[in-house]
Formats: sequence, C-alpha cells, structure tokens
Amino acid sequence: MKNKSKYLAYPYVIWMAIFIVIPLVLVLYYSFTSGNIHDPGSLKFSVESYGKFFDSLYLNIIIKSFWLAFLSTVLCLLFGYPVAFIISRAKMKHRGLLLLFFLVPIWMNFLLRTYAWMAILSPNGFLNRVLEMIGLPTLAIMPGQKAVVLGMVYNFLPFMVLPIYTVLAKIDKNVLEAAMDLGANGLITFVRVILPQTIPGIVSGVTMVFMPAVSTFVISRLLGGGKELLIGNLIEQQFTVHRDWHFGSALSIILMVMILISMAVMSKVDAGNEQGGAALW
Amino acid sequence: MKKFFFIVITFILLVMAIATLPGCGQNRVVLNVFNWGDYIDRDLISKFEKETGIKVNYELYDTNESMLAKLETGGTYYDLIFPSDYVIEEMIAKGMLAKIDLSNIPNYQYIESRFKNLDYDPNNEYSVPYFWGTLGILYNTDMVTETVNSWDILWDEKYSGKILMLDSMRDTIGVALKKLGYSVNSTNTKEIEEAKNLLIQQKPIINGYYVDEIVDMMINGDAALALTWSGSAMDIYWQGIDNIQYAVPKEGANLWFDCMAIPANSQHKKEAEMFINFMLDPEHAYQNTESVGYATPNRAALELLKESSPEVVEMEAYYPSEEVLQRCEVFVDLGSVKEFYNLTWTQILAD
Repeated sequence: MKNKSKYLAYPYVIWMAIFIVIPLVLVLYYSFTSGNIHDPGSLKFSVESYGKFFDSLYLNIIIKSFWLAFLSTVLCLLFGYPVAFIISRAKMKHRGLLLLFFLVPIWMNFLLRTYAWMAILSPNGFLNRVLEMIGLPTLAIMPGQKAVVLGMVYNFLPFMVLPIYTVLAKIDKNVLEAAMDLGANGLITFVRVILPQTIPGIVSGVTMVFMPAVSTFVISRLLGGGKELLIGNLIEQQFTVHRDWHFGSALSIILMVMILISMAVMSKVDAGNEQGGAALW
Repeated sequence: MKKFFFIVITFILLVMAIATLPGCGQNRVVLNVFNWGDYIDRDLISKFEKETGIKVNYELYDTNESMLAKLETGGTYYDLIFPSDYVIEEMIAKGMLAKIDLSNIPNYQYIESRFKNLDYDPNNEYSVPYFWGTLGILYNTDMVTETVNSWDILWDEKYSGKILMLDSMRDTIGVALKKLGYSVNSTNTKEIEEAKNLLIQQKPIINGYYVDEIVDMMINGDAALALTWSGSAMDIYWQGIDNIQYAVPKEGANLWFDCMAIPANSQHKKEAEMFINFMLDPEHAYQNTESVGYATPNRAALELLKESSPEVVEMEAYYPSEEVLQRCEVFVDLGSVKEFYNLTWTQILAD
C-alpha cells in the first residue's frame, strides 16, 4: 500500500517539471544569452542583460516597486489583523457568514474589480460625483500612486486575513482564560499570548500579499494611468513592446532572487517562533 | 424530486453533447483570423462562414507590437492579420509575410489607386488596404472652448489632469517630434532626446497613458483632451454624442494604413484570399466601415456611404481633406534606431 501511493505523486511531478522547472530553466537560459531569440544557433553566453540593469533608471523602478509593495503589505496587515481578530472572536454560527462576505468579492475576476475601481476613482467617477452632490471638494486620487496602493490593498487583503484568521481560530480559549486568571489585562494578553502565537499567520500573510504586490503590472497600469511604471510593467514591456526577451528574462530572475531573499528574511522571523503552530497554506 | 432533476439534467447534457458531435466529424477548414479589437462587423464573419462553409476562428490583439511579438515567438497558426504600414515594412524585410495572389481577389479593383503602391509595399505584393486614418486630438467642447489646431494644447497647464495620451510608443513620441517641427520618423538621437524632454515635462499635467480606455473616459467626462486615432472620434459620433470633436493639428500628424496580410506560415492561404476578397466586396466593405467607423479605401463602398450618410464623408475625422493629408506623414520602420526609441520610451514612463 505504502509503495503504491507513491505513484500517485507522479502526475504532480510531471506537472511540476513541464510547467515550472522547464520554464524556469528557459528563463535562466535566456537571461544569460544574447542574440536573436528566433535563431537558437546565434545565441551566445552573455551577462549583458544583467549589466544593463545597473542603471539608475531601472534601479529606481525596482526601489519604487518594493516601496509600494511594502506600503501595501503594511496597510494590509494593519487592516487585516483586526478583521481576522473580529471574525475569529465572532460566534461560531456567524463566522462562516462573515468569512463569506469577505471571500465573495474574490470570486469575481480580479481585472473586473480593478476596472470597477477605475470607474469609482476616475476624475469624473462615482466617488467625485457623490462628493460634488453633497458639496464637498473632489479628490484627485486616480491616476496616481495612492490609487495603485489602494488597488493593491483591496485586491490582496483577503490573502492577509485568511492565514491570520486560521491561526487565531486555533488558539485555545483556555490559554486566554489562564492568562486572565494569572492577572494579565486585555492588552497584555494580546501582546504576550495572542500575538506571538499568530506570527506564523502574519508571516504567510505578509508573503502572500508582498509577492503579488511587488510583481503586479495590471493594477499599476490601470490605476496608475500608465504613468507609474513598476518592475512588473517593465518585464511585461520587454516581451510585448520591446521584444527583448533577454532583458525581460534577466529582470524576472533579478525579481525572483530579490523575492527569495525577502522570504528568507521572513522565515528567519518565523523560525524564532517555532512553538506558534503549523505553517499555513 | 431531486432524482427527477438529475435525470432531466443528464438527459439535456447528453442531447447537447450528441448535437455538437457532427461538427467534429466534417473536418471543416478553419481560418484563423487575428485582428485588432472592435475592428470588424461580426455579422460579416457569420455571413462569410455561411456562404463558404469555412469556419472562422477569430482572435484579438491591441497593438502592432504585441501582435508582432506573438507572431515572432513562432508556433502560431494565423492565416490573416491586420498590421499597419511600418509593421508591414518590417515583416516583409524579415520574410514573415506570404505573397498575395491578386488574381484570386477580383474585388481588389475597388481599391482606390492612391492606396496602391505605397512605400511600405511598393508592388502590392504582400498587403491589401483595410482601413486608413489619422492621428489627432479628441476634445470635449464643453471644457475646451478655444479652437484646437495645434499640439501645443496638449502641453497647456490650463487643462492639467484632463489630458490623455496614447500608451503607444510611436504615436506619443511622434507627436512630440511633430510639435518640435521634426519628422515622426526621426532617427536623429538629438531630436528624439528633445522629444523625450518635452514628454517628461508634460507628464505632471496629463492624466495618463491609455489605449482602449480613451473613448470611455472622454464620454464619461474624465478628460478634456485626448490623443487618439480618427476612428475613435467616429465611434463616438455613431453613438450620437455631439460634444466631442476631433482635429488634426496644423503641425501635422501621422497618416496610417491598416492592411490585410497573410503570415508566411499560414496553412490556408487560399481561404485567406477568399476572406480578403469577401471583405472587399462593396456591400461588405460598406457595412464594415459603417459599423467600425474607420475610413474605407474601397471606392465603391465609399460611394454607397455617400448615398446613405453624405454628412459623414464630409467629416474630417472620417475622410480628411487633401489639405490635411498634405501635413501628415506615414510611419516607416525604424530599423536599428528602434532600440533607442524603446529606451527613450522606458525613460519617459519611468521618470
């Protein structure tokens, strides 16, 4: 029985090889070569594409991308933690419904939701019309960085709430009662008992928000009016407009390495809290 | 009761599955057409399918560059594409287009002679004109009361936050070059640098760079001025909106031709030629130009349009006068300078 169940993993291994490993190897190969992509014989080893990257033009784009992603992640954590806390403290029969309210929007396509934000935030959009109607000054949010961050927070918030909620829901009520009995007030219980136990949830939430936020190109294009070029847009342009696969691949590898480094740092934080419970997702 | 529903649903699914089976068996020829969004009257596709028995598989792209990127990757199976002038030139040079046999396209006779033998395809071997038009300024007459006749208005701080530019490298850089009095095909790096600085200087006062969103944003009143192609103006006109007008500035603009062409690796060249011939039929070309809004190079179709809607043929957005055309330039392939344009474009967007 044990031996047979091993075979069940084969389809997954093949799937991984075809759709994850081979493409990654190709990206790596293209990033370290130069020449005409459509004539494999002409490709030569070269680090030219990586050299190109160390130009203040591209460095600034990457700094901006990381900054905006960082900002969105922090905001998601600030909004997401209380929400997860409230849901986990709700009565059992209400919890499902509360979670559902939170999840229903993700059932709709992400692109449609971003277009909806365009209609709400645009200069003559819904928000400004309402503000005008009640006699308040109109806002100039879209297009701009504020709108981009708002779009990221809106789209990725559920990825922060869910892992934190899962950990919170698992905390034993008796532990909290014990803390209270031993004289801790609400704040101390939270800081010294609840918070340390939820760190694994926070870590996976932060990773799951940060990664898509740093590489997005749709949100920045639609809500940033095409004026906020992020690393995701830069990579997309290499393939769709400039047709420079080598540079596009090199940028992708650089982005991947930087994300891996940030994740390694995050898991260091996580390692210090082994007792916190199983990792999520 | 539940069981009954399951039986009914299973039965319906079974019938649907059987009904679609004969379609697989017949082995019909499938013509793969790759076109811009909103660029054909879909009824014509059904009519073509009905008349010829050929099935049309219709796919869309949004810019010349993305179409080219997809085709260059290889592994595509398109039989008919709709590239613009400068792209045709590049594709011919790279051997990406098949020669079209005009003897299979008798309706080619309806193409006006001034659309034949153009620089990008001097011997009419690779392309058949589909639509043509200009680049210009779309403006909302409720917000812009002055006359719009110069590119300078797109740099006017009075309209700060209410200007839309095109997220299309050649068009947007081309406008800056024209404003400076240079050619849209400039290969002089100093001139391109100047154009870049002009666009960076303009960036704080524009709303953003868009393509497909422009028409909706103009109709919604989100912007006062937009750089766009003539057909967008006609699209708005056919929707019955009259406070949005179109002008081609006095400094001149881009004159463009979108054509039908057959990729070199097409498997159904004969059927693609049948489709081209079908689209050039005066009745069909007339129906198409009325539905899509862009100007037709088809002489006979234009006559039909003159009869049904004479006011449209008078409009500058639809049919620019000879005087306007004199000021316009057609894009040519930039060759090796393209890299410099790419870098410039990234610098503009990243600033």
